[in-house]
Amino acid sequence: MKITPKVTQSFAWCICWIAGMTTIAFLIIIVGYVFVNGIGSISWEFLTTNPRGGLKGEGGILSAIAGTVYLIILTLIIALPMGIGAAIYLAEYSSNNLFTRIVRFGVESLAGIPSIVFGLFGFALFVIALGFNFSILSGSMTLACLCLPVIIRTCEEAIKTVPVTLREASLSLGATRWQTITNVVLPAAIPGIVTSIILTVGRVVEETACLYVTMGGSSNMPTSIWSNARTLSLHLYYLAMETTAINKALATGVILITIIIILNFSTRWLSNRFISLYQGNGGK
Amino acid sequence: MFTINRLKLILLPGISIFLLIVIGLTGCSQAAVPAGNGLIELRGTINEAGSTSVQPLAEMMAKAFMQKYPDVTVNISGGGSSAGVKAVAAGTVDIGAVSREILINEPDLITYCIARDGVAIVVHESNALTGINIENVAKIYAGEITNWKEVGGADERIVVISREEGSGTREVFDEFVIKPYHKKIKAGALFFDSNGAIRTKVSSEKNAIGYLSFGYIEGLKPLMLNNVAPTVENVQNGRYPIVRRLYFITKNIPSEPVRSFIDYCRSNEGQKIVESQGYIPIVKK
Amino acid sequence: MASIIVAGRKREFHRISDSFWQYAVYIFGASSFLILFLIALFIVREGYPAFVKIGIWQFISGTTWDVADNIYGILPMIIGTLYVTIGALIISVPLGIFTAIFLTDVAPIKLRSAMRPAIELLVGIPSVVYGLVGMLILVPIIQKFGQGSGDSILAASIVLAVMVLPTIVSITEDSILAVPRSYREGALSLGATRWQMIWHVLIPAARPGIIASIILGMGRAIGETMAMIMVIGNSIIIPDSIFSSARTLTGTLALELKYAAGLHWNALFATGVVLFVLILILNSIGLIMLHGRSK
Repeated sequence: MKITPKVTQSFAWCICWIAGMTTIAFLIIIVGYVFVNGIGSISWEFLTTNPRGGLKGEGGILSAIAGTVYLIILTLIIALPMGIGAAIYLAEYSSNNLFTRIVRFGVESLAGIPSIVFGLFGFALFVIALGFNFSILSGSMTLACLCLPVIIRTCEEAIKTVPVTLREASLSLGATRWQTITNVVLPAAIPGIVTSIILTVGRVVEETACLYVTMGGSSNMPTSIWSNARTLSLHLYYLAMETTAINKALATGVILITIIIILNFSTRWLSNRFISLYQGNGGK
Repeated sequence: MFTINRLKLILLPGISIFLLIVIGLTGCSQAAVPAGNGLIELRGTINEAGSTSVQPLAEMMAKAFMQKYPDVTVNISGGGSSAGVKAVAAGTVDIGAVSREILINEPDLITYCIARDGVAIVVHESNALTGINIENVAKIYAGEITNWKEVGGADERIVVISREEGSGTREVFDEFVIKPYHKKIKAGALFFDSNGAIRTKVSSEKNAIGYLSFGYIEGLKPLMLNNVAPTVENVQNGRYPIVRRLYFITKNIPSEPVRSFIDYCRSNEGQKIVESQGYIPIVKK
Repeated sequence: MASIIVAGRKREFHRISDSFWQYAVYIFGASSFLILFLIALFIVREGYPAFVKIGIWQFISGTTWDVADNIYGILPMIIGTLYVTIGALIISVPLGIFTAIFLTDVAPIKLRSAMRPAIELLVGIPSVVYGLVGMLILVPIIQKFGQGSGDSILAASIVLAVMVLPTIVSITEDSILAVPRSYREGALSLGATRWQMIWHVLIPAARPGIIASIILGMGRAIGETMAMIMVIGNSIIIPDSIFSSARTLTGTLALELKYAAGLHWNALFATGVVLFVLILILNSIGLIMLHGRSK
């Protein structure tokens, strides 16, 4: 049989289908396995009691949920202002000079640094040198450094997308540049900023390595930012490695994946809304 | 729609309330307040870290202590004995837990013995072996014996499982098993960072051999060492060869509520918990 | 009269604050770079004594990492990381490129919009979940059908491949979509089949982007920690087969950081420096290729 280009194409199409299906298969296997084996262990008690420790991994995940929530809030409080500020700089005030290139280099490079190196840094600086000890504070300061590039990138996009006409209108009314930014541009960029918040939340939930060495992992309910605590990801790791409660580890996985699905869905929904807002009526 | 004024209205008070709560929670509180009837009311947070051998015991004792004194929070974490020493010396935690003696090159710390423990050599439940002599264990870990059939088991390659360097359990294992025969744990062993992880690995790998604290034996088969079974009695009567003391260590003389917690662990009530968890109570002189 | 004065004061306030913020923003902008600089400073400061005492070349090429005897060489970990990364790329690059082609040209449109969120989900799943599933499914399978205990380079490579796949797929997809329509139409009008057009025209045109995706994927693979600890066995040896257990650079950091002291502490930070420099170089190359491709 002669190998015509048509035959090659059919063959290639086959390979592409196999590739595509394999990728999906990976997702289905991972999510499926976790859900099928983990959902059985989820109960009201599981969600509302603290882990009791012990070899059997007794108890639930309440303090891990609380730890995760506190961590998210604190990280956002620390990182969001810095990130939005940097985004404002990049979108509004920067010009094509050396300083701007250094800034961009900083953002892009920081994005690629592995989380354990952040952990190294956070352990040496926040836990030991500054004396914050193993705490939510140490964890969130480390995490804020990690999440900064994400916030900056997304917010810069959001601010840049605000139509120039809005800015010009505000300036022509006599507002100063800063007034324009805070009263006109930022509010118009809110959907993008919210997207960056959601992305950060996703990152915080997902992170384990840098928190492993900065948060301590206590199973008690955290009471303040100085508390030793654990997050859902850390809890999963401890359950998997140190107890026999693999089913609970999987159940924690179910909760984690569900959170990620909700977050991803919200990001998509928000970006769509954002796009239609500006393409629909030319901006408000 | 999203006016800046509306945002300011929500954000500013929101953030200030949050900060107030945070500051309020972290605010100074006295650790021990004498109550009217002469009893001390304990309050505060105790942070403990270190040995994973001590961890299940410490968690149970912490729970009982917190039930007795509801205003005290005791945080127990792992990390390994050396991590405990380091954290205590650095002031990161109040109490460090170690499952070995303090080494010469470690800083001066105050030690409080809270229990005794044995280190068991464990294999998978299905392993044919019931006992082994210590020298063979050393040879297995050094890589000189590589097949189970050389010590009376099936014709299978031995999977050697060990703890990482910072582990007190490993230190004790080294001292009683490896060093007397002038050997070294081979670099090709699988290393894990807690008793629990070793437990999980040995229980899922039928050709594995590992060592861990008595408290973690459940589900595995502990081997008799030189014909002595790893039981609490054999530790108490001195026949079982690999024994150690479990310590809580502090940097300085502990203040309340740390002092009361340590006293509690060493009291009769605490020692009952020790026994119930499979450890050996400290010898009362 | 009074209102004019008040208005004037307000005006003054806004003018001053505007000037203030004009300069303050520079600080915010520099924050990322400052943090990067701080991290570099810290890890170099803590790691530098190890380089001095051990010697940079000895440190990188030393084959023994022995905490008890205070000997530190990271070659086994470098090789471990290398093998795992290469293994992951061998699996994920072909798979990723063909999946990207699938998404841009082969799949029916409805399937495309269903698959994209699915791939996004793969990115968001925490690494510990990957490690857990690897521990529970992959390791026993390798134990049964392969050699050794299952904790191996093979297990780690497969897990890493799945984690890196979405990066390669999405960047490759973007690169292919960025190729100008004229290329497509030109090729087709010359009588090429669709596959010939894709393989001989689009892919070569998208090559810089594809290479960038591989390099960025490499960066992600080298930096992965938790999933690795759970499936790779952590033996400090130079692995001799894909079934052999090994240790990664990141794994050493996570496992030993909490209790390290003295030279050990310095050696860990020196390892961090090596990682940091490696990733910085990789990412810079990747980004230059990504932004440098013809628009």
